[in-house]
Amino acid sequence: MRLNEEHQALRDSVRDFAREVVAPVIATHYEEHTFPYEIVRQMGKMGLFGLPFPEEIGGMGGDYLALCLAVEELARVDSSVAVTLEAAVSLGAMPIYRFGTEEQRRRWLPKLVTGEALAGFGLTEPGSGSDVGATQTRAVLDADREEWVLTGSKVFITNSGTDITSLVTVTAVTGTEPDGSKEISTIVVPSGTPGFTVQPGYSKVGWCASDTHELAFEDCRVPAGNLLGERGRGLAQFLSILDEGRVAIAALAVGLAQGCIDESLRYARQRHAFGSPIGALQAIQFKVADMETRAHTARLAYHDAAARMLAGEPFKRQAAIAKLYASESAVTNAREATQIHGGYGFMNEFPVARFWRDSKILEIGEGTSEIQRLVIARDLGL
Amino acid sequence: MKTVVLVKQVPDSGAERRLRDADHTIERESADNLINEMDDYAIEEALRLQEAHGGEVTILTMGPTQAAESIRKALSMGPDQAVHVLDDALAGSCAVATSAVLAAALRTLSPDLVLSGAESTDGRVQAMPHMVAERLGIAALTGARKLTVGGDGTLTVERQTDEGYEVVTAATPAVVSVWDTINEPRYPSFKGIMAAKKKPVSVLSLADLGIDPGEVGTAGATSAVVSHQERPARSAGQKIIDQGDGGVKLVEFLASEKFV
Ligand SMILES: Cc1cc2nc3c(=O)[nH]c(=O)nc-3n(C[C@H](O)[C@H](O)[C@H](O)COP(=O)(O)OP(=O)(O)OC[C@H]3O[C@@H](n4cnc5c(N)ncnc54)[C@H](O)[C@@H]3O)c2cc1C
Ligand SMILES: Cc1cc2nc3c(=O)[nH]c(=O)nc-3n(C[C@H](O)[C@H](O)[C@H](O)COP(=O)(O)OP(=O)(O)OC[C@H]3O[C@@H](n4cnc5c(N)ncnc54)[C@H](O)[C@@H]3O)c2cc1C
Repeated sequence: MRLNEEHQALRDSVRDFAREVVAPVIATHYEEHTFPYEIVRQMGKMGLFGLPFPEEIGGMGGDYLALCLAVEELARVDSSVAVTLEAAVSLGAMPIYRFGTEEQRRRWLPKLVTGEALAGFGLTEPGSGSDVGATQTRAVLDADREEWVLTGSKVFITNSGTDITSLVTVTAVTGTEPDGSKEISTIVVPSGTPGFTVQPGYSKVGWCASDTHELAFEDCRVPAGNLLGERGRGLAQFLSILDEGRVAIAALAVGLAQGCIDESLRYARQRHAFGSPIGALQAIQFKVADMETRAHTARLAYHDAAARMLAGEPFKRQAAIAKLYASESAVTNAREATQIHGGYGFMNEFPVARFWRDSKILEIGEGTSEIQRLVIARDLGL
Repeated sequence: MKTVVLVKQVPDSGAERRLRDADHTIERESADNLINEMDDYAIEEALRLQEAHGGEVTILTMGPTQAAESIRKALSMGPDQAVHVLDDALAGSCAVATSAVLAAALRTLSPDLVLSGAESTDGRVQAMPHMVAERLGIAALTGARKLTVGGDGTLTVERQTDEGYEVVTAATPAVVSVWDTINEPRYPSFKGIMAAKKKPVSVLSLADLGIDPGEVGTAGATSAVVSHQERPARSAGQKIIDQGDGGVKLVEFLASEKFV
């Protein structure tokens, strides 16, 4: 598997950006739980938010692999910044691009693809995460006023409460299917709509410079025209978006796994014990070799899933494999990198401590590891 | 306004660099090659002027085959086209010869403004812009931390010095060299990377420029490196133990190293 010249050049460009712009300031944002607006602004200027979108709508004319490469390089330095991009593009703007009408696209996309605005993706609820069909949030059509009226709440929604968040796409029950199951649709709720409240940020274990909120909807009214895609297709739409998103999350996990190797190599050369650098100890060498093997294999897995996606072939299973393997590799690499750093690895000022705290969510968000195994087994016909 | 930016490819100054034993020239093939850092700022300044005043931006590089990579990278930031002076006879060229080649190439482009870095991270001669301007018989405004173009095309430069800055002006055409205080260079976007693939790069040989190969390269060098040796290992620092005069000794050290 070889990257073409343009993908390589993009990767190098983002790599420079991550080292020069993100690395010097991100630890402070993390410590203070502040959203890195200035970094996001510069990422926007570089066109990262428009990577997979065509130039006609203000995008960069790249593809999903380009997005994945950018996410990987950012995550090699910091996951909060990487997930801000990943969620903004693959969960925020993508549903509007995929399922929006001409008018919805024209209204919302221009600022999303430049990173001047961010969109959230509201699927998870207090009582239902993996079991997305158990959605409780309701949207009732007020035919007289041609408005949807939303009631309910969403939890853990990324990019939903920044100063530049323009909207959240929300899944809600809009009726009952002929077979008695819930009819679930997707509705666009602009930020600032009366009845839509963004709760204060969480105290999180990791991703501390990423924006995550609980959202409440109470008699929240939006125009009937804010229905995104077909009525009753909400779940199917979100699940297809999640299939793609898994490839990007796998790329993020590979970036973190690689960042652990970068830091471990540096440290193992410089830290001495018993008269030699710890990198001369075979026990440390083998740890690093295993870390590299995991990162490399996980990278191949996501490149393969992305290649299938771009070729228009089925990629559900490969995306789940990539997400499962890459996230578990990230967690293992973060644990090993911390171990190599000894006591210093337990100090927040070392990047590996941040990597360790950031790694666990990768086995949970955008489908837990159990759900990935379920998807793979189902795809194998079980 | 027609701007030409002088861009040099240099070995990564962050990486280990080596000189060849045979001719004492830098080993460029094995090194990780980059655009000279200061030249990124020159490119950025050219693009900002273009955004404000229109015109076209051309990259000019003299360098070996692999310099084409840096030219492509420079173009991905936004310039319109590039000229690559490429000739086997150029290997080992001294700064004086390099300036003759760059000046000859500039004559074929007749720019209003030539932008360059204030120094390269490998040669660090800091004289290329002056020499090029001298050969072309135009003004050299060097070491700029700010550049403005007036309505009548007059260039005004804040020239950075150790003590502060000087304000100097000149009419175009002129050469302006810049320091890294002048702006924040952009990172190439994917659109820029894609567009760069289609931008014209013309390759010129010494014959194209009417230059005698004997005047450049190792053959025509006005100076030559006769020997070199590995940098000595870093020595232990100097310890100052405070015996009441610690402060004075610290200041003496800082002054002797020109830090204060
Ligand atoms: C920082 C952060 C950001 C997030 N961002 C977003 C966002 O932007 N948008 C959004 O909609 N959501 C977001 N989420 C939510 C995330 O996607 C969910 O937390 C995740 O899908 C798991 O759902 P849950 O928390 O409800 O866990 P549950 O579904 O309750 O799972 C609990 C446990 O049961 C297991 N389990 C459940 N079902 C099965 C099964 N059938 N077989 C085997 N095991 C099973 C799970 O694997 C897990 O181990 C975010 C979460 C976090 C922490
Ligand atoms: C190993 C080694 C051996 C050398 N041997 C000799 C020698 O034998 N004799 C000798 O006189 N000199 C020698 N030099 C100096 C070398 O040739 C000069 O570095 C080079 O000619 C240009 O000088 P500079 O890059 O330091 O110029 P500077 O004045 O520091 O560069 C300023 C700016 O000029 C522009 N520029 C410089 N070079 C180019 C280029 N090729 N193409 C486009 N723009 C350019 C860039 O914008 C740059 O930022 C040697 C250097 C090295 C490292």
